[in-house]
Amino acid sequence: MSETSFDIIIIGGGPGGYVAAIRAAQLGFKTCVVEKKHLGGICLNWGCIPTKALLRSAEIYGYMKNAADYGLSAPNAGFDLQKIVERSRAVSGQLNAGVGHLLKKNKVTVIDGEGRLDGPGKVAVKPNKGTNTTLQGKHIIVATGARPRALPGLEADGKLVWSYFEALKPDIMPKSLLVVGSGAIGIEFASFFSTLGTKVTVVEVMDRIVPVEDAEISAMLQKQMKKHSLDIFTNTKVTRLDKKANEVVCTLEDAKGKTKTITVDRVISAVGVVGNIENIGLETTKIKTDRGCIKTGPFCQTDEAGVYAIGDVAGPPMLAHKAEHEGVICVEKIAGLKVHPLDTLKIPGCTYCHPQVASVGLTEEKAIQAGHKVRIGRFPFIGNGKAIALGEPDGLVKTIFDEKTGELLGAHLIGAEVTELVQGFVIAMGLETTEEDLMHTVFPHPTISETMHESVLDAYGRVIHM
Amino acid sequence: MPTPILMPALSPTMTEGKLSKWLVSEGDSVESGDAIAEIETDKATMEVEAVEEGRIGKIVVSEGTDGVAVNAVIAILLEDDEDDSALDSVETSAPSAPSEAATETAPDPVAVTPRSVSAPEPKGTRIFASPLAKRLAVEAGVDLSTITGSGPHGRIVKNDVEAAEKTPVSQTATAVTATPSPAQETAAATPPQLQGLPGYQTLPNSTMRKVVAKRLTESKQTVPHFYLTIDCEIDNLLALRKDLNNRSTEGEGAYKLSVNDFIIRASAIALGKVPAANAMWTDDAILQFDEADISVAVAIEGGLITPIIKNAGAKGLIEISNTMKDLASRARSGKLTPEEFQGGTFSISNLGMFGIKDFSAIVNPPQGCILAVGAGEQRPVVKDGALSVATVMTVTLSVDHRVVDGAVGAEFLAAFKPLIEDPVTMLL
Repeated sequence: MSETSFDIIIIGGGPGGYVAAIRAAQLGFKTCVVEKKHLGGICLNWGCIPTKALLRSAEIYGYMKNAADYGLSAPNAGFDLQKIVERSRAVSGQLNAGVGHLLKKNKVTVIDGEGRLDGPGKVAVKPNKGTNTTLQGKHIIVATGARPRALPGLEADGKLVWSYFEALKPDIMPKSLLVVGSGAIGIEFASFFSTLGTKVTVVEVMDRIVPVEDAEISAMLQKQMKKHSLDIFTNTKVTRLDKKANEVVCTLEDAKGKTKTITVDRVISAVGVVGNIENIGLETTKIKTDRGCIKTGPFCQTDEAGVYAIGDVAGPPMLAHKAEHEGVICVEKIAGLKVHPLDTLKIPGCTYCHPQVASVGLTEEKAIQAGHKVRIGRFPFIGNGKAIALGEPDGLVKTIFDEKTGELLGAHLIGAEVTELVQGFVIAMGLETTEEDLMHTVFPHPTISETMHESVLDAYGRVIHM
Repeated sequence: MPTPILMPALSPTMTEGKLSKWLVSEGDSVESGDAIAEIETDKATMEVEAVEEGRIGKIVVSEGTDGVAVNAVIAILLEDDEDDSALDSVETSAPSAPSEAATETAPDPVAVTPRSVSAPEPKGTRIFASPLAKRLAVEAGVDLSTITGSGPHGRIVKNDVEAAEKTPVSQTATAVTATPSPAQETAAATPPQLQGLPGYQTLPNSTMRKVVAKRLTESKQTVPHFYLTIDCEIDNLLALRKDLNNRSTEGEGAYKLSVNDFIIRASAIALGKVPAANAMWTDDAILQFDEADISVAVAIEGGLITPIIKNAGAKGLIEISNTMKDLASRARSGKLTPEEFQGGTFSISNLGMFGIKDFSAIVNPPQGCILAVGAGEQRPVVKDGALSVATVMTVTLSVDHRVVDGAVGAEFLAAFKPLIEDPVTMLL
């Protein structure tokens, strides 16, 4: 290794780390990324991207099964799980290589190995090949990400109990599956396996599935998933897993203490993720942590001068796009540019189950808790021509406005392609538009996006197609 | 494709400017953001930036050229790989007048961004604020022009308005002294300076009100006024008027002369004798008119308007009188055509019917003079050492000193007074 001194060293090459590196290189910093496994991180290799590839296969299979609805015939519709997984891995592989090219093009030094803080301004590197070394960095950005939370008794064993790593390359097609946790990860896997024919049971300890979403959206998703033959138990926890040779007997307990058992081929543990704060040398610095994540200021600075933290390791929301944005903010602040702190309220969230869920801003409940007097608009997909033409009549766009100011406080969507729609509301919130501006915006016809317009109109009693 | 670079408008009202200096030469490569020329108006010198990259193929307007119309082609930009032959395809004759056609016909004009050099545009011509911030400002009575925005490029966002709202003391103080701005107009539902005042009605400004406000403010602020006052005895005029009116027949050809008709005619004749007072200021020259077109202020609902007696010196009293009656009645019903009230070389404003003794009017730009006429009233006068009574009317001439000096104004009044006091001389 020739160079050991850099302007900016980034520990971790996930979506936060590699984006920060490219931005740093654009700003003229001599930049280095230390990544122990895969460029692109969990998101690109074991998260967002490969699951989207799997879900796309499931979606097309779902269409094939319903071909007759569209006047088509696909009598022998079937699938090859191995090939589905291969495609998913190939997608990740392609993008992983792409990140490598981008870093090279921007003249970012990439070191394959494990980096850890080693006192102020220093990063100790244990390379995957070769001898240990120490790098000097004027600025060090910790972007070590997160890993699946392991609840006692629910730890993934790689065989009968899967985390998302195993669930992404299943060795068998389980006939029955218990998904523990109904956040984005759990619900996406539930949707994938269910569409391919697995009998899926979802257990959620909270009173509703996708609990971070608006209650109305949760209820609608639950109804839709039950319609597709999923069993969903809310207010329920898993108290015991009895692992047999090739199946698991699961004991579920509801809020009243009533128990029941179900037997499934496999269990997916999707009870959240925790920040990777161990073994990265935090003890050699003044960095403080809070609930498993590094404490940071508005521009990602830690309690140690010259050390920053971005992405999952810096706390929720643990989303790739949040990490990317923090990476940019962090580096631009180092460069002395005028930077605006990240407003976490305006970070959208997307879940790619069927039907899709997407949202930004406050839920109705949180808006009221925050003291807003709200105006709510709702528009169902059944009133939208494009949705009907697509054969996707199940969906809803809910908008929440502050009654006094007309500020768009939140938008909550469920239905086909809503993950691609939500960005319209994100821009609207970012630019602080009011209902008036949204009403004056022309939405193209025929598109599902018209449901967004109608929802805003509905909040003010002006809905047209309902 | 060669792209014309156009003369930019440095302010909304600019129609032409001086291309004072080229900062690039033909053949130079420019990048977006490079300063390429300096432009001068009466107010400021600004740099013009290139918005697209390319090579300066041809400089059309040479430096030092005055009066270059906005949107005139000042240079041609070639793409890097184009050679000069491409220039042949471009129409390079520079329009001499500000023409919208230039914008329409020029192929893909390169927008140029003026960059302030010596005199920045006054802050507050346009305030960038989010729609939500604007609405919150209205509700909170916060003047956006007093807030510094924290958003991208200084855009005012919700937080800024809320922060301003929390510091009401300084905000109110600045709001009171702040100059009005467009945003303030829209944000004026409960302006802080009106807090503590009794309830009020909001009377939206009509277009006429706005024009009156703009023109008179401009006049009082930019025209150096001075005032000359003189008393005229009008007993002879009143007697003559009575005599002439008694001669009026019924039916067709009837007339009823007013004192004002005499004043219009006397003014026109006096202006004929002192043409230097029948003049108007422009930046390049004083325009001295051959005829006197007299604008007469007429009060109408919601404002005033000044219909014109054209070439009043060539019109007799009856014609002046009848024309004036027709114009005033149509002015009150809003039926004047623009050419009947736009223009004029001299104005008369008469408040005598309200008993006003004397007053000073504001010059009606671009005219040079306005005559303010008070009431005719009986006053003690001293003649040859003896006290007597006469009907006296005081007139005050307001003058734009750039056009008319004191002596010229006095000369005009000296010509006007005998015509009024001995109105038979108006026949001469």
